[in-house]
Amino acid sequence: MSAIPPHLSYTRDHEWLLDGVVGITAFAASSLGDIVYVQLPDVGAAVTAGVPCGEIESTKSVSDLVAPADGVVVEVNPLVAAEPGLLNEDPYERGWLFRISVSGTPDLLDASAYAALVG
Amino acid sequence: MTPLFDVHRDLGATFTDFAGRRMPLRYQGELAEHHAVRRAAGLFDLSHMGELEVTGADAGRFLDHALVGRLSTLPVGRARYTMLCHDTGGVLDDLVVYRLAERRYLVVANAANTTVVHVMLREHADGFGVDVRDASADWALIAVQGPAAAAMLDPGPLPYYGIRAFAVAGRDVLLARTGYTGEDGFEVYCRPADAVAVWRSLLDRGPTPAGLACRDTLRLEAGMALYGHELSVRVTPLQAGLERVVAFDKRDFVGAAALRRQRATGGFATLVGLVTGTRRAPRAGYPVLAEGTTVGAVTSGALSPTLGHPVAMAYVAAGWSAPGTRLTVDVRGTGVDAHVVTLPFYSSQR
Repeated sequence: MSAIPPHLSYTRDHEWLLDGVVGITAFAASSLGDIVYVQLPDVGAAVTAGVPCGEIESTKSVSDLVAPADGVVVEVNPLVAAEPGLLNEDPYERGWLFRISVSGTPDLLDASAYAALVG
Repeated sequence: MTPLFDVHRDLGATFTDFAGRRMPLRYQGELAEHHAVRRAAGLFDLSHMGELEVTGADAGRFLDHALVGRLSTLPVGRARYTMLCHDTGGVLDDLVVYRLAERRYLVVANAANTTVVHVMLREHADGFGVDVRDASADWALIAVQGPAAAAMLDPGPLPYYGIRAFAVAGRDVLLARTGYTGEDGFEVYCRPADAVAVWRSLLDRGPTPAGLACRDTLRLEAGMALYGHELSVRVTPLQAGLERVVAFDKRDFVGAAALRRQRATGGFATLVGLVTGTRRAPRAGYPVLAEGTTVGAVTSGALSPTLGHPVAMAYVAAGWSAPGTRLTVDVRGTGVDAHVVTLPFYSSQR
């Protein structure tokens, strides 16, 4: 299992969050297999913590992309639509998904709590 | 447990539970493995498959009775794709049957169906001079599939759907020119105790280790049915587009009456290929609609790694199966345009 970056916050849905930037974890990416399609929320969309706001398809399956926090989408990563494999190759950097202006204080895990979750 | 479990673990495999066994789902990634099989060769562990041995003076005549195909005239050293059906005509399993000797056949079943096939064959064996034995524990199965496979194995003259004795790493094996990928390729039946040596010898010849995830997209592109998806006891070989495997000229066989009746009546739902334009793939279970009404359901679907667009197989009601027919797939609440195409989606230049 690849290392869990210590500076990020995590959800139980295997997403990470840093200063409003959202992605999926390496654990999620490797569990899904090769990702072939990503549907992201539109810029301007309001998202709600714990509620699906997009989809991630691997060759084998479809998974909901669940918003990690309440907020409004202010930017999406244009690269991942064209190259969804970035989520497998580089989930914590080039494979980021979208950025939200977070409202309130989301309920998130720190790296050690997330590490315990994926054991 | 596959005899190759440790080998897969050392290769970094992700495992999946498949019919009660831990089998490799992927190694580095299923897309790279898929492309390796299409462009060069992949190496698969298929030790989960079930093997039954049917032996005796009546073996051929018995299989003609129990299965939908004609096996009595199959030459020694050749294989045939066939099916075991219920009296209702519903498919209990799809099988590859090899004739190893005049009075000896090897029946290869899907892992999850091996027990059903064993029980039903024994039941149908009443009155025949034949022995049916579940020999799955005696066989490991390793496949080398892809256009480069023949050069890696150097099999000598071995026709498509042929089988013969061969040696790999000094071990006696059965080498069959069969597969489930739509490419030229080979399946190597060996003793479980020899599996590690055989795998290592084959891997040294350059194929890419390939897991069950890419096997699924490969067979889907090749338009091949998968039991539990396109095939089940609720559908007949005729519905699955596999009438060619039913030897209707045989006088009698299990399921014959029901299949003859269905063929005469017509009007049944059939399996079709669907292609969609978006990148969202139809998946198993999604409704297929025409003129606002549900006319069928998807059985398998994925973004085709080779073709770059989604492909799917679906059962659709009579009247909606002609190539070119425009249909809609309900992809999680969104209607996606689809049209019927002739299977397979992909065929090799073999």
